[in-house]
Amino acid sequence: MVPITTLHYLVVAAALFVLGVIGVLTRRNVVIVLMSIELILNAVNLNLVAFSRLYGLHGQIFAIFVITDAAAEAAVGLGILIAFFRNKETVNVDEVDLLKW
Amino acid sequence: MSASATPLAVEYVRILPELVLSIFGMAVMVLDPLIDERRNQRTLGNIALLGSLAAIIATLYQSQYPGPGFWNMVNVDAFSVFFHFLVTTVTAIVILTSYDYMEVQQIRAGEYYGLILFGAVGMCLMSSAVELVLIFIALEISSISTYILAGFRRRAAISSEASLKYFLLGSFATAFFLYGVALMFGATGSTSISVISQVLRSGQIPVLAYAGIALMFVGLGFKVAAAPFHIWTPDVYEGAPSPVVGFMSTAPKAAVFAVLLRIMFEANAPGRLWLIWVTAALSMTLGNIGALVQDNVKRLLAYSSIAHAGYLLVAFAALPSGGIPAAMFYTASYAAMNVGAFAVVSHFASAGERYVTLEDYSGLGRRSPLLAATLTIFLLSLIGIPITGGFFAKFYVFSAALQANLVGLVIIGVLNSAIGAYYYLRIIVMMYMREPREEAPVPAAPIGLRAALTLTVFATIYLGILPGGVLEYASRSAAELMRQ
Repeated sequence: MVPITTLHYLVVAAALFVLGVIGVLTRRNVVIVLMSIELILNAVNLNLVAFSRLYGLHGQIFAIFVITDAAAEAAVGLGILIAFFRNKETVNVDEVDLLKW
Repeated sequence: MSASATPLAVEYVRILPELVLSIFGMAVMVLDPLIDERRNQRTLGNIALLGSLAAIIATLYQSQYPGPGFWNMVNVDAFSVFFHFLVTTVTAIVILTSYDYMEVQQIRAGEYYGLILFGAVGMCLMSSAVELVLIFIALEISSISTYILAGFRRRAAISSEASLKYFLLGSFATAFFLYGVALMFGATGSTSISVISQVLRSGQIPVLAYAGIALMFVGLGFKVAAAPFHIWTPDVYEGAPSPVVGFMSTAPKAAVFAVLLRIMFEANAPGRLWLIWVTAALSMTLGNIGALVQDNVKRLLAYSSIAHAGYLLVAFAALPSGGIPAAMFYTASYAAMNVGAFAVVSHFASAGERYVTLEDYSGLGRRSPLLAATLTIFLLSLIGIPITGGFFAKFYVFSAALQANLVGLVIIGVLNSAIGAYYYLRIIVMMYMREPREEAPVPAAPIGLRAALTLTVFATIYLGILPGGVLEYASRSAAELMRQ
């Protein structure tokens, strides 16, 4: 049985990060793009907590800040999305096209 | 550093401008529903203006109490005071230009002024933060405020579209920045810039640190609209309300450049030269070439701001002793001319931002000579003509780069300045050498706008004639920064 080291956590985090980036770049629905960004933030949290094993509590506290910020960002983002939906009746990134993308 | 459990009184002085701005921002939010609907626009604006002026005074007061505060989270030095002063002044000027814009566009102003002040809190905090956690939080305070401000013309579809784009790409960039911070934490075991600096200067640089710096640079590069992370800029600048564009193209950029200066120079970021070289060259070239084909003045100025981010980044590739003061001087003179230019654009745009194409500016020299003359001064400064701030800004940046033997980058920069002259001159030619399309005179500039324009013209010319004082201050603060 291989013991789980910090490196294992980092690999998982990197995989999550890549998944998030792919999601942002390929998904067309704004809500799913938002979820993909959350995925990247979770990869960050995983990294921070994993490094906390080496360097003490600091990283875990940082992770709490990141979670709080993600909540604030999601609230504002959904608000903006609603304002946009009232004007354009769509949540599709492809139809965000009044301005040249 | 204070070892005690509670911060000392003097440490509160070290975040005084932020406290003042927050209090006034909250006052605006609380008073918004209580004040009479018809009169409240102006009253709230006045409160916000008062807040930003109080923050300027707080900054001057704070400058006498340099030092670290709150367990080494913030550090007040000449460098942070410089950027505090810049951000709060820009805030005051933008509020002055917003009074009548809000009335003309029929936007309820309540949260608008509150958000501008809160955004300024984040930007001020960014310039004095010496801890990556605090830098991240400050960056988010400023970014989230500007996301909302970009969509403030709620009923206009392009404004909410600009806001949505800015938000999506902005939070994507923030996520990159955070991932970089996490890797940096892993590489050095700390999020304090001074500790990171010690680790990076002590021989072996961990591979993770390179990845960390690169990812952080992606995030910050997005915020300053540097190529290849600039795609959002033209769209957002075109759709967002003009005074807000004046704000977000200068104040947050200055603050992020302050962060970049701390990370790149104070922490002695590994691999910085090539990262900066490529980004600067790309930004200058893509920005200027993009601007050549624009018909919309706001879009044109957006591309110009990409180009200017490129010129500014040239200073980052230079040696710290020359590069830091040059970059600081550039942010100041760019702030003066760009806020001014967008103030004219916002006044001229009229209800619903109708008049924003190049065609609409034809004959402006006859229809409103004073406004046209003011805009001409800002455009000449953006080109970099002598006796304007833009000239010395470019001059210092390029000479700092030459001292560091970056001949290639300087050649690209100078060529780009020449291309840039073409599209700025195009606006000036439009204003003075074309017949007006409509004979209707432009409405006279209201008092707030006049005050803002006087200030920005004065600053632009002052920096062009007597750059010595500001430059000397910048050099002193750079020396202080590198000594730490």
